[in-house]
Amino acid sequence: MSAALHRREVVKALLAQRGDALVVAGLGSTAWDCAAAGDSPLTFPLWGAMGAAAMVGLGLAIAQPARRVLVITGDGEMLMGLGSLATIGVQSPRNLAIVVIDNERYGETGMQATHTAHGVDLAAIALGCRFASARVIRDPKEFDAARLSLLGESGPVLVQVKVVAEKLPLVLPPHDGVVLKERFRKALLGA
Amino acid sequence: MTASDWPREIYEALKRAGVRVVGYVPDAGHKRLIELFLEDREVRCVVLSSEEEGMGLAAGAWLGGERCAVLMQSSGVGNCINVLGMTRECRFPLLVLVTMRGEQGEFNPWQVPMGQATRSVLESMDVAVHRVSVPQEIAAGVAAAAERAFTGNSAQAVLIAQQVIGIKSFQEQTAQ
Repeated sequence: MSAALHRREVVKALLAQRGDALVVAGLGSTAWDCAAAGDSPLTFPLWGAMGAAAMVGLGLAIAQPARRVLVITGDGEMLMGLGSLATIGVQSPRNLAIVVIDNERYGETGMQATHTAHGVDLAAIALGCRFASARVIRDPKEFDAARLSLLGESGPVLVQVKVVAEKLPLVLPPHDGVVLKERFRKALLGA
Repeated sequence: MTASDWPREIYEALKRAGVRVVGYVPDAGHKRLIELFLEDREVRCVVLSSEEEGMGLAAGAWLGGERCAVLMQSSGVGNCINVLGMTRECRFPLLVLVTMRGEQGEFNPWQVPMGQATRSVLESMDVAVHRVSVPQEIAAGVAAAAERAFTGNSAQAVLIAQQVIGIKSFQEQTAQ
């Protein structure tokens, strides 16, 4: 399966138009992608807790219903939290969107193939979990429409973006969990 | 208030603590408490497909300015251990109410191993554990744990002994 999109460009384009959206980044490459696009106190990157990114996004979306919440995560991370798609589908938060940057690889551990390399369709699973909208994107032209969906369409939305499997330079966000938590709350809540 | 009202006492303690989000994997021992929250339009109830989702939910809610409590039975505590690493590393407040299985009165031997490991699994990840076995003392224990969690940025679990819940047979459980 050939992919034409590059993950760093996809994430950079999304974050450039984030407005006042709150962002949760799944561990590994998607956290580095977000850091490469520019660090923000309103981006909460996970350094562990694989499989938890979507649920952190749900908690945030429930607490902040007037704000867009965007979860940016990888295919391996999303596969570990498949049950959370069912949980999110039941809650149906209109302000929550998930973008899965799908290189079909476990990028931090030696680029081993994930389930999506074998055809597992995360967007179909999301639709089966009552997401308002979900799709797989392979083409740069499709990505422009998907970007609007991720940042504005009534959720929950999932977009699975097929990207080139490439090993990129690490760009690391701050790693102190207390700092990440406190700066997020200060920027959002002033507390 | 009689001893049989301990679920309502927990509900009132959590309301006083400012809890607005409740994540749960159902348990017979939490049945009444879950029903009380489901009737409360001020509280968002989130049914979880697995217990570790509760740690993510609570973390996200806290980032957004809300207080969350997570309800589960002891058999689900083991599911939480990896995600509890985030809770600890970020010092997220966490309040977990665990109804115990595998203790005195248990009819299912497969519940015993996780029941016996519950405390050590939680403590191994720095979750403070408070076990309550007297109905009249549960709500006070929950209130104290909530205070420590939300004002001290710490992880707290209250274990509710199986003798309080008192399920002794399949017949009695199915009758609930």
